[in-house]
Amino acid sequence: MVPARNRKGIMMLSCKDVTQLISRSMDTSLPVGKRIGVRIHLLICRFCARYEKQLLLIRETVRSIVAEEETPEGVSKELLSEDARGRIRQSLRSR
Amino acid sequence: MGYPERVDPSDWVDRYGDYLFRYALLRLRDRSAAEDLVQETFLAALKNRETFSGGSSEATWLVGILKHKIADHFRRQAREGSLPDGDPPDRSGDSPFNAAGRWQSGPVDWGANPADLFRQKEFLDQLAECLSDLSPNHANAFTLREIEGLSTGEICKVLNVTETNLWVILHRARMHLRRCLETRWFLRGTGKGS
Repeated sequence: MVPARNRKGIMMLSCKDVTQLISRSMDTSLPVGKRIGVRIHLLICRFCARYEKQLLLIRETVRSIVAEEETPEGVSKELLSEDARGRIRQSLRSR
Repeated sequence: MGYPERVDPSDWVDRYGDYLFRYALLRLRDRSAAEDLVQETFLAALKNRETFSGGSSEATWLVGILKHKIADHFRRQAREGSLPDGDPPDRSGDSPFNAAGRWQSGPVDWGANPADLFRQKEFLDQLAECLSDLSPNHANAFTLREIEGLSTGEICKVLNVTETNLWVILHRARMHLRRCLETRWFLRGTGKGS
């Protein structure tokens, strides 16, 4: 979908466009025109502003949990089952 | 630092098994696949013991092997599961936007300090549930980007997609996860979740 332009030629981005660009900006830097278009949109659209804030919060939360999960205590407390332990020990012995 | 610690392979399972299993499970969300990759990791490590340089800890060396196994697993899934044009069809009617591209019902306010609401263990469970709604490629792309922390270039190689493709995949995955977490966390008990 091609975004419409207003009289001054500034890209008018829809919320749908902006959500795509917010996601992309989390993976690469946006071209300057798009970056400005998104910033302007976010000033006037509370839903998209909230959307960006929430995606960043999810990213931050996932990162901190992943870091925590990789410490010796971990988060999930998941353990290798006795079955799997036995199987793996067996396979290591037979080599 | 002294000499790096080395554990006899007969003690590997007790020493590193749970750690590697948790690492794999967080990324694969499938217990038996995670167990298999832990086993493959130990076997590969046993076969290539001389590649352990001692420059890092033995645990780090084993995780390095496991990372490759996980990427191989995702690569296999991408080969087996991909539709001809790489993406599942967009379920229209499922879009949060109207024809003009405006929100029909926008994101809900998550409150002043939502981070407190994400109690870690529960968040992890909900995230896994929400990821399992996605196609394997969408879930794996998100996992490689946000959990494994790979660059988009590296992910494109694993999943065999173009960068433009990957942006679309990640956008859809994030859109879904945000809404899914919102429904499960913020609207639970209010009767508004659907």
